[in-house]
Amino acid sequence: MGREITNSAAAANQKQQSTTSYTVEQLVAVNPYNPDILPDLENYVNEQVSTQTYSLNANLCLLRLYQVEPDRMSTKIVARILIKALMAIPAPDFSLCLFLIPERVQMEEQFKTLIVLSHYLETARFRQFWDEAAKSRHILEVVPGFEQAIQAYAVHVLSLTYQKVARSVLAESINIEGPALDKFVEHHVANSGWAIEKSQTKGQLIILPPTEFNHPELKKSASDGIAFENITRILPILG
Amino acid sequence: MAVTPSYEAEQPAAGESASTGYDPNYVPDSVKSFVVHMYRHIREKNVYEIHQMYETSFQSISERLFKDSPWPSVDAVASYVDNDHVFCLLYREMWYRHLYARLSPTPKQRIDSWDNYCSLFQVVLHGVVNMQLPNQWLWDMVDEFVYQFQSFCQYRAKMKSKTEQEIALLRQYDQAWNVYGVLNFLQALVEKSMIIQILEQEKEGLEQFTATDGYDYSGGSNVLKVLGYFSMIGLLRVHCLLGDYHTALKCIVPIDITQQGVYTSVIGSHITTIYHYGFANLMLRRYVEAIREFNKILLYIFKTKQYHQKSPQYEQILKKNEQMYALLAVSLSLCPQVKLVEETVNSQLREKYGEKMSRMQGYDDDAFTLYDELFSYACPKFITPSSPSYEETLVNYNQDAYRLQLKLFLYEVKQQQLLSGVRTFLKVYSTISLGKLAAYMEVDEPTLRTILMTYKHKTHSVDSDGKITSNADLDFYVDDDMIHVTESKPAKRYGDYFMRQIVKLEGIMTDIDRIKLE
Repeated sequence: MGREITNSAAAANQKQQSTTSYTVEQLVAVNPYNPDILPDLENYVNEQVSTQTYSLNANLCLLRLYQVEPDRMSTKIVARILIKALMAIPAPDFSLCLFLIPERVQMEEQFKTLIVLSHYLETARFRQFWDEAAKSRHILEVVPGFEQAIQAYAVHVLSLTYQKVARSVLAESINIEGPALDKFVEHHVANSGWAIEKSQTKGQLIILPPTEFNHPELKKSASDGIAFENITRILPILG
Repeated sequence: MAVTPSYEAEQPAAGESASTGYDPNYVPDSVKSFVVHMYRHIREKNVYEIHQMYETSFQSISERLFKDSPWPSVDAVASYVDNDHVFCLLYREMWYRHLYARLSPTPKQRIDSWDNYCSLFQVVLHGVVNMQLPNQWLWDMVDEFVYQFQSFCQYRAKMKSKTEQEIALLRQYDQAWNVYGVLNFLQALVEKSMIIQILEQEKEGLEQFTATDGYDYSGGSNVLKVLGYFSMIGLLRVHCLLGDYHTALKCIVPIDITQQGVYTSVIGSHITTIYHYGFANLMLRRYVEAIREFNKILLYIFKTKQYHQKSPQYEQILKKNEQMYALLAVSLSLCPQVKLVEETVNSQLREKYGEKMSRMQGYDDDAFTLYDELFSYACPKFITPSSPSYEETLVNYNQDAYRLQLKLFLYEVKQQQLLSGVRTFLKVYSTISLGKLAAYMEVDEPTLRTILMTYKHKTHSVDSDGKITSNADLDFYVDDDMIHVTESKPAKRYGDYFMRQIVKLEGIMTDIDRIKLE
């Protein structure tokens, strides 16, 4: 009796597992042009929001289904997809989604707001972005991790641009000040190779980790490699 | 022999715009001879002869006898080809293709052509086909299938001028050219043909596909395999038409477009692939990739177009050639990496768009008008895949998809409008302070910082794995308040050069060894 229960529980559990593991990503891969998977994809968007995961492929697939059957479109879901796509910046996901959303839908107030936010991010106007985001909290707070994602983007662009950046510029870009900023910087000093330099005239300077994008001299050494396929050409000679 | 019964009934409507003297049942001798021979060559798997008849005879007979009327109906010729079911499907495919090219199809003909593709692809998918057909023909099938789909969507979306009869027809056959149907056929051909696995195995040396141009020399059929292959390109195109550039590019990942392949064996397929690949990359802001591929194909067309002068595709080749110059002009205006462009292509480009390109640098209203003009001229014919709503007032929506893509593209251009200004200044300095540059550009310092960061963001594309690729010819970094400019020089490929010299030297030494001194 006891064994039976465990068995059926295991079976149920397994079933659950197989449905969850078989859903969405695989459905999208195997059956991307099937309107029947629309509800699954919608649920998956909500799942991405709650578990802080992301799948561009699944979301584009859903937008494509909406494109064919506009009557089934849920603007609530579309908004979530767009916020998720905004969080994927610097990848161009937000535009990729907009390309698939009919213009009349984009006219809705909440989408207009998201488009403005995207515009500020694309043009690196962080101050305006954070001001606008504060006004639109009701739209954005549905999706956890939003601020962190944008902060990561700001750090990305700063790292592409600066070797050393003033603390105040950093503060404005990521919208953090005071002790919270100290903590943020400390965290990156410990984990991402940041360093702090005290400048006498202007306070703190943050030294961002060198990459080939802010230290161009790092680039040249990397580019003169030889692909393995090319070496095969001279193997008979060497041998 | 499965001929839809409706076919006979709608014959009188065929080519209604053409001469009224058209008799679908009259089969001229040249047509008789054409189908008899074609049928025989197909049965004998004589690809060379099939290709000759397909490319040359079909065109010349069309030119002579069917300039403005359709070919004889399939029923009239069926008796000459043993009523062969598959041959009849192929014949009708060509019949409709000719009709689309020379006349305008009636709504019913559009729907019947869809039915014919369904039957044809079903037969291929169920593996009944044991033919060997020329790549050109197989490509044309996929190409035409997608073209007729796009044409149907355009037609359906022009609701304003529809008669009640037409609307009734559209409602009755609402499955015809349904976007899911189209995509699923292409997808099924890709999957059933196992082409992705075949291409994978070919890399391991376990399979030959590219080396034989997709033909099967061991007695099998090339039809499913090659249709599957071209269907990947069909999917690339359909997804571009829908504005789904990410998925479009994913569809042709199995094809290595840096190499020659079966897609380059047919000029139409080569051009279609690169045109859509380049366009999708342009929309994804991967300008360097777009420029590189446009450059390569434009050079190829420049060198080879003379050989295609007699081809039925010649006009199409020239048109796509012009469109790709326009797209190249757009890409280079956003990302001035001129050194990626070969000299011949560059001089053609200057001739065609030199003046416009310099105006496009202005980022004023005139420049935007030009971006608009070039984009509109060169973009694919975007489609709205949804059915019209028949209940509401009838409005045309055939331009909606195009207008959206154009608007979003121009939006992107606007976001980049300050970048060419900053580039001009950076070009002439190796170091300059933020304050000084801000004064030159007549902006305040915080604004300049945003411009500089925008420049970095827009010139560095990030792919789905997080890999960053620089598209910048002119780069810089900022050290607190000082900008340091670096002009990236093309990396000289010493390694490759030495490799080639080693191989060459080895060859010379082998030659010298062979010389015997008497």
